[in-house]
Amino acid sequence: MSKIRILTIGRHPEILQTVVRLVNDNPDWACTGVNSDDEAIATFTTQPFDLVLLGGGIEKQSEEKLCNVFKAHNPAIVIVQHYGGGSGLLTAEIYEGLRGNKID
Amino acid sequence: MAQTILHKADTRGHANHGWLNSYHSFSFASYYNPDRMHFGALRVLNDDTVDAGKGFGTHPHDNMEIISIPLEGDLEHKDSMNNVAVIKNGDIQVMSAGTGIYHSEYNKDREHRVKFLQIWVFPNKKNVEPRYDQITLHAEDRHNKLQQILSPNAGGEGVWIHQDAWFHLGKFDKGVNADYQLKQKGNGVYVFVLNGDVKINDQQLHTRDGYGIWDTDSFSITAETDAEFLLMEVPMNLD
Repeated sequence: MSKIRILTIGRHPEILQTVVRLVNDNPDWACTGVNSDDEAIATFTTQPFDLVLLGGGIEKQSEEKLCNVFKAHNPAIVIVQHYGGGSGLLTAEIYEGLRGNKID
Repeated sequence: MAQTILHKADTRGHANHGWLNSYHSFSFASYYNPDRMHFGALRVLNDDTVDAGKGFGTHPHDNMEIISIPLEGDLEHKDSMNNVAVIKNGDIQVMSAGTGIYHSEYNKDREHRVKFLQIWVFPNKKNVEPRYDQITLHAEDRHNKLQQILSPNAGGEGVWIHQDAWFHLGKFDKGVNADYQLKQKGNGVYVFVLNGDVKINDQQLHTRDGYGIWDTDSFSITAETDAEFLLMEVPMNLD
């Protein structure tokens, strides 16, 4: 079975690193982490992803821009707001995203 | 008409890590239940017991209002804002994680365990400046009455958070009754019984049961035995 490919975007480098590590602890998930909008767009448009996690510190304007670019490139992409940092919420947020539910 | 949801104590998620024994009212860590994701803005209600000399190492949070209420023992808190504090039974601690914060929580006592509630509420504003606060509550202020311990107002009674939420504690003798008036339209209340038997309107609750009630302006609380409980009023709609 191929892994679920997850792109995580977060401004806080250490929190991003923690989130990527926690996501990658699940053997069925493969996570790539990026800090900047440019890096996020470049990565998303050159590699396939199933889900995007929007982490902390992303300004509203950036969030809208990124969502528009991602949806235009892949209308089926699942975009999930991640709350709480490197936390206990990741697993449930990702499962909910993959089920098509949104909790925020 | 009021809508309600009952979470019996024994239906909560449970994880025993040896040093940490945790019951989850909502999906958390490896406990995932799509029907138990949150109650409005209330996302996490963990009922934790930490062994003597153990604790949570340094870990990050962002964009979450995190409230800790020790029920037994003391917990040492250290964070990336240089706060070092001990929270004891009777205190309430609040942390707005905002743009990002690191912290650790340890039970420094070598002999006694710590029991505490860890509560996470979605903020109404993202990427705020991280902040930390703790206060000591007076137990007599909740004896047979409701004691406000949290609100959205910096000048209000108790601690404050970035959300239109109000928390109250009550320690009622058997037979005592009170009405709770919701503070804001569109909010609901999640009742968590710390110990004893309580009736919310006609619904009987026992120790560690959870009960959500919304689409109502008020409800009544009756202690069927001597009882302690926590009321968490939060917005039900997050958009």
